[in-house]
Amino acid sequence: MVKHYEISGTDFANAGEASSDFKAMLKKIGVPTDVIRKVSIAMYEAEINTVIHGQGGYCDAELQPDRVIITFTDNGPGIEDIERAMQAGYSTATDEIRNLGFGAGMGLPNIKKYTDDMQIESEVGKGTTVVLTIKLFK
Amino acid sequence: MLLSEVCSILDARVITGEDSDVISNIDIHMACGCDLMSDVLAFVKDQALLLTGLMNQQVIRTAEMMDIIAVCFVRGKLPADDVVELAKKRGITLLATEHPLFSACGMLYDNGLRGREHG
Repeated sequence: MVKHYEISGTDFANAGEASSDFKAMLKKIGVPTDVIRKVSIAMYEAEINTVIHGQGGYCDAELQPDRVIITFTDNGPGIEDIERAMQAGYSTATDEIRNLGFGAGMGLPNIKKYTDDMQIESEVGKGTTVVLTIKLFK
Repeated sequence: MLLSEVCSILDARVITGEDSDVISNIDIHMACGCDLMSDVLAFVKDQALLLTGLMNQQVIRTAEMMDIIAVCFVRGKLPADDVVELAKKRGITLLATEHPLFSACGMLYDNGLRGREHG
């Protein structure tokens, strides 16, 4: 089962709609609560990143028999130094974003913490693709 | 701690319209006082109360993702209607208190409510 979501790069108020919808679907299907929690947090952080850093893009969230795979793709400015971006506390967010409660440099570390695998591919000037994998069973 | 006790300690009012019976049946196990939503997202516990001075829709979405059951806005600020409506749709109870964040957290801590220990 795959859900496709378009993510606006300007509508901050609605950032999180995709994560909210996918969470509701997983809950309806009866996916374990701890798995839903991990998927929700990782997906929401990545969705926020797509809005505030990626200038919008799209997301495909797929439920497989043993895992959830979520791919976020944006056409934003790309990440210059992925290793640095992964460091807790490192952020390139503007003051405007910080005033909204984000940009504390915890997004990518949080995503890594709550996923079983995270792959980032990014090219400066072209955009970023982030693939998150969360296993349904230990 | 029951949400009704939280209301009484903080002299807070319910802004999502639940009556006193509903508030008396919501049990809070722990609390988090924070304006940074990414920090809230790093904090995972059940039956939590979030105290914050941040007033936008992402507070509600963060609470939704974390299964936070109630949010208390501090310093006498009130959220806009769209924030209240989103909370109602998601089943999250909103409170408002005149106390600032530090004091509100301290008052609840004093009465036995705890946060995450460390880390």
